[in-house]
Amino acid sequence: MTESPSTKPANGDVCQRVKNGLKPERNGLAKSLYRCHEKKSKHHGQPEEEEVNATSHHGVPYSRPFVESYEQTPMLPAIERCNIAGEKEEQRDFVPLYQDFENFYTRNIYIRIRDNWNRPLCGVPGAKMDLLERTSPDYNWTFVRSGRVLQDVINLGSYNYLGFAENKGPCADAAAEITKKYGVGVASTRQELGNLDRHEELEKLVARFLGVESAMSFGMGFATNSMNIPALSGKGCLLLSDELNHASLVLGARLSGSTIRVFKHNNMQSLEKLLREAIVHGQPRTHRPWKKILIVVEGIYSMEGSIVRLPEMIALKKRYKAYLYLDEAHSIGALGPRGRGVVDYFGLDPCDVDVMMGTFTKSFGAAGGYIAGKRELIEYLRSHSHSAVYASSMSPPVVEQVITSMKCIMGEDGTTIGCDRVHQLAKNAVYFRRKLQKMGFIIYGNEDSPVVPMMLYMPAKIAAFSREMLKRNIGVVGVGFPATPIIESRARFCISAAHTKDVLDRALSVISEVGDLVNLKYSRQKIQPSVARSFDDNVFEDIDD
Amino acid sequence: MWNMVAVPREAARTATIQSAPAYHLILEGILILWIIRLLFSKTYKLHDTFKLTEKEKEDLIEEWQPEPLVPLVSKDHPSLNYDVVTGPPTHKIIINGKECINFASFNFLGLLDNERVKQKALASLKKYGVGTCGPRGFYGTFDVHLELESRLSNFMKTEEAIIYSYGFATIASAIPAYSKRGDIIFVDEAACFSIQKGLQASRSFIKYFKHNDMEDLERMLKEQELEDHKNPRKARVTRKFIVVEGLYINTADICPLPQLVKMKYRYKVRIFLEESMSFGVLGEHGRGVTEHFGVNIDDIDLISANMENALASIGGFCCGRSFRLSGQGYCFSASLPPMLAAAAIEALNIMEEDPDIFTVLREKCKHVYKALQGTPGLKIVGVPCAPALHLQLERSSGSRESDMRLLRSIVEYCMDRGVALTLARYLEKEERFLPSPSLRVVVTIEHTEEDIEKAVSCVQEAASSLLK
Repeated sequence: MTESPSTKPANGDVCQRVKNGLKPERNGLAKSLYRCHEKKSKHHGQPEEEEVNATSHHGVPYSRPFVESYEQTPMLPAIERCNIAGEKEEQRDFVPLYQDFENFYTRNIYIRIRDNWNRPLCGVPGAKMDLLERTSPDYNWTFVRSGRVLQDVINLGSYNYLGFAENKGPCADAAAEITKKYGVGVASTRQELGNLDRHEELEKLVARFLGVESAMSFGMGFATNSMNIPALSGKGCLLLSDELNHASLVLGARLSGSTIRVFKHNNMQSLEKLLREAIVHGQPRTHRPWKKILIVVEGIYSMEGSIVRLPEMIALKKRYKAYLYLDEAHSIGALGPRGRGVVDYFGLDPCDVDVMMGTFTKSFGAAGGYIAGKRELIEYLRSHSHSAVYASSMSPPVVEQVITSMKCIMGEDGTTIGCDRVHQLAKNAVYFRRKLQKMGFIIYGNEDSPVVPMMLYMPAKIAAFSREMLKRNIGVVGVGFPATPIIESRARFCISAAHTKDVLDRALSVISEVGDLVNLKYSRQKIQPSVARSFDDNVFEDIDD
Repeated sequence: MWNMVAVPREAARTATIQSAPAYHLILEGILILWIIRLLFSKTYKLHDTFKLTEKEKEDLIEEWQPEPLVPLVSKDHPSLNYDVVTGPPTHKIIINGKECINFASFNFLGLLDNERVKQKALASLKKYGVGTCGPRGFYGTFDVHLELESRLSNFMKTEEAIIYSYGFATIASAIPAYSKRGDIIFVDEAACFSIQKGLQASRSFIKYFKHNDMEDLERMLKEQELEDHKNPRKARVTRKFIVVEGLYINTADICPLPQLVKMKYRYKVRIFLEESMSFGVLGEHGRGVTEHFGVNIDDIDLISANMENALASIGGFCCGRSFRLSGQGYCFSASLPPMLAAAAIEALNIMEEDPDIFTVLREKCKHVYKALQGTPGLKIVGVPCAPALHLQLERSSGSRESDMRLLRSIVEYCMDRGVALTLARYLEKEERFLPSPSLRVVVTIEHTEEDIEKAVSCVQEAASSLLK
């Protein structure tokens, strides 16, 4: 028969099927046949059957048997309409939550390759990690754990720039002490009873670390942006934000109610033009002068690996009397000779940046965010920030982890571990980038940034690259739509100070191998045949720092 | 072909002047004059009717003075100076150096200090470290997260649950994930601030109905139904939602869920329920307001709660049918540290093992409610089974500032005598419907009879001596 049981959908529901392009109505004679067959099919519930009729309904004889078959589309190429969870019976006539055309990409591309994301770990996300193996019996609709653990997978995806994601050592010990003493939760907001003495100490430390007057900490990095930008700017203010700003900055800008204008990524001419136009013409339609202008940029852009042109931006800001909001989520701890971020990297004065924001998730191995700046700014935020009034404060062990790791970076714990790690990260980043470029991959971004995006361009190659790398025991991150334009997918490597040279070399050789397999060496600048050559050190001696 | 066109033209020209009617000639003459006028008139641009010279631009740039980045905050602004808590914020709390009994932290089930929870958190810390170093999509998913999600969905008897790393961000990300521009949301006026931010982020049409007033809501739904009849094509793609809280944090009362469910099916709106205060408090097993009323949990489309109250951890969760439950705060933000997830799992274990604690908690709440009745000058806002009550001034002095100062003096009086209360804090300029100033009294399961007696007598003394 045409319907083999194996091609029926797993849940057994009768669902709409896609006819394989051939509509029965095409064939004029079949039309009448189809219609009379339809009447029959309502009884049987199976519209697809072989149509073998010697005589039709109207008595017109066929000289030969008339055989047509429509086998049901198998799962793999099917446009899945069946597997999305259906509505409840009583809610069938509600307005549907998802329009079909809205999630075309999700249903047809993302679901097929979604085993490359959300890979579960069962250990520390350090330089090497342990992944839980999972398989899918139904083409990535559901996942089943096989029970095996992939041990010591090289981790090129976690934001572990200084290697503080560890479960042993002074940071973990301090956090354990505090857990025993203070517990894990706080159950109150900063303005009510959630302001612990540890929070105050953390804030003083952050201010000292960055070289500014004072600082304030929040429980979540995303929420730091989305809750404090509305406190700083409102109606009648202008926000100039970079094209490639993070979702949290965009959300904060939208929630503030200010006018938003976007300038081209890292392009100072575009920014200057916007500034001049804004000041000269004032607010749209009324031409009143703007109350204030806030430029919102990031230190390192995580999808491009580019570093903001801070000296030029500070010069512009001073000339046009605008304010600068710098989001150092990825650059704090990761850039600069002393690890103090992008301001330190350029050797500028931290007082020039009006609002310095950052997160503790990436370089400090904890969670949360902070805002630092002048004392008036922080006092205003303490009384007017949404987070201080309505959201619970940071958890005590997390605070302790930040305090210990920050003291380590500053060298206040008496060792040079922090300093060494900062230098190691800088060396690793430069080494990795140069090697990849020599191999012929297209790498975006500044040559000093520890975020290394490697272009893959095609969405299908994300899956190919990621799966092949995992087979060779290396975990990488592939990024596609909607974080990047759909045809500019990339693989993003995050270098860590915890990666030793051996680990990096192994990773590089595997990347090269997979790059040849998947055909990723697009660069037209330097082409080096990599397969034939062996990776002996003396060939690349000159690159090694 | 050109010949064919030319011939009629020749013929037409010879015939024009003689045979054309007069009105035709006049009309053509007017048109020619109009064209000549247009050709010679000045061009008129709608935008930028003037062009500035370079010098004028420079002058404007020089003269422009922005406002200071932030307005100055006066030294004695009430929210500027925080009370500092030294030591853990548990049952006995040390605020500003004074030891007090804690009647202000949302530690309903007393799990902040629980040894089992702490041990589990420590074990998790030794295994995973502190942070996750990544969002859920990029190696930030740990087996603890998956375990917590499945435990929560089993506990709440829904199909799926997902965890957020910040309680405030939970409902504020969940609402915009479903409701987009053009959809309609009906919200209660007393909705908390995080719901308001979620509504703002969703860019949908927001309609507020009076607090717990089902007639008002019904009236609005009927109006909407009429609109839908007028424009059925638009109605077919406009989604409608009702957002309510189980136990309101601002007014400490419960929403009428059965009536809401009836209205849901009659008017075809979906319900989003925010259960931060009622999770772990209401219901026989602590499942919240659906269990309290005996409503089938499948009738509610989305339940969102934060884990910072009853579960004594950090973060929040959303549960419901297995639709795409993820919002921006889930996709673009680092995941919850594993030790906090482990602590939440252990807290959930404790909740499941011993369902009596919920009855005990509700008894204590009723006790406190009764005891605080009749306090001179203060009135209770809330229902007897709510663990977080508000005490408002019976007679307001007219100015919010002086009311707040009066309440603050009561708080300080009580703190001096060893009872920690707090003022309920709001952002005055940002709240849509600003509640009146009030004191927040929180009852936890750890409060003994003596504690409650002491607190109540303290409050009554303070009220009678300070509120004349």
